[in-house]
Amino acid sequence: MRACVPNYHLTTPATLADALALLESEPGVWKPFAGGTDLMVLLEAGKLVHRNYINIWGLNELRGIEATDTYITLGALTTYTEVQANPILRREFPMLCQAASETGGLAIQNRGTLGGNIINASPAADSPPALLAYDAEIQLVSTRGSRWLPYQGFHTGYKQMHIGPDEMLARIRLPRNTADVKHYYRKVGTRKAQAISKVCFAAVGRTDREQIEDTRIVVGSVAPIVIRCVQTEDSLRQQKPDDETIRIACASLFREISPIDDIRSTAKYRSQVATNLLVDFLATLRA
Amino acid sequence: MITTQAVEFKVNGESHKLEVFPMARLLDVLREQLQLTGAKEGCGEGECGACTVIIDGRIVNSCLVPVAQVNGSEITTIEGVARSDHLHAVQQAFIDHGGAQCGICTPGMILAAIDLLERNPEPTEDDIRNGLAGNLCRCTGYMKIFESVVRACRK
Repeated sequence: MRACVPNYHLTTPATLADALALLESEPGVWKPFAGGTDLMVLLEAGKLVHRNYINIWGLNELRGIEATDTYITLGALTTYTEVQANPILRREFPMLCQAASETGGLAIQNRGTLGGNIINASPAADSPPALLAYDAEIQLVSTRGSRWLPYQGFHTGYKQMHIGPDEMLARIRLPRNTADVKHYYRKVGTRKAQAISKVCFAAVGRTDREQIEDTRIVVGSVAPIVIRCVQTEDSLRQQKPDDETIRIACASLFREISPIDDIRSTAKYRSQVATNLLVDFLATLRA
Repeated sequence: MITTQAVEFKVNGESHKLEVFPMARLLDVLREQLQLTGAKEGCGEGECGACTVIIDGRIVNSCLVPVAQVNGSEITTIEGVARSDHLHAVQQAFIDHGGAQCGICTPGMILAAIDLLERNPEPTEDDIRNGLAGNLCRCTGYMKIFESVVRACRK
């Protein structure tokens, strides 16, 4: 059933400072509202439980992409369209651009934001696997100041995350250390465009001669959160990607993920696809 | 109950100042308050593209935009595409090549195609498929729509 829109507050602050002051003044009462591509779906379905929102779409402090020698830093309101258009991201972080291009259609990509994708905290989100594989850090801001923390570990359970009621996600930054890595991103959905993933797999790997130096392997839609599979990574370190290594890594991945049956797929299918994608990723490291 | 607030924006070049509930969907405001019924409601969840409009030069699903977020914006709907009695090349191509059947998806398809051609006047076949990927049609099987866009870019 459609929501009754007169029940919803959407207030538009002039500045980020105003928005943070409002968050701080009534803890838990207000939540940020960015591009609306998730929240408006809930609204229309009559399932948007929270009632009071701060419209942050117009806050320029949360926009823009800036690069230094060590980091590329993206405002939380960076859209999927802006991600795909950025030459540094295209060159050094191709999985993030691919994730952006496979999220919804163009109309969604023009409104959906990286910050929204993180805070909405769907385990089926498309950009978090790429962000985790690139070892992203996130900046939370509040009237108390700001703090940077690793994105890894930010989500603690289904829709649960380490963020205070007065804090807002402001920026995401990626270390520019991808010059010698291989990137592997695959989203498996029902249809090439517009689908929500059944399994999403993002990984980077470094090899030295025949041997795997290190990897970061992240899988979405197979657990309550998008998960980095550290035991699988450990099993691969300093190994040759031969059949035995692959067998051990697949067994490890199978133990680390905990997929379920739902409207989009089954646990069995997701486990099989996730391990197939791991094998495919390891084949790219051998190539 | 929340009170209404004033928003100002332009639609097809014309300025409007409206009293609205801030979370009202742009789609509903366009259709019900401005009587611009070209944008259609299909799925209501950003999957089908029937409600596509252009905000500040970018296509969006108007069912997913709360009206408070278009304050100060310029919006183009399908009603603003033709110039007096002169149809846009994409509209004419849809007529000439059977790109419209029941018509529900057509306004969104045409706006998505116009947006594509403005960004990329010589699209490849893949570019066209990608440009229209967010717009669903249940009648045509897509080929006539695709053909219409191909013909429109040859003009």
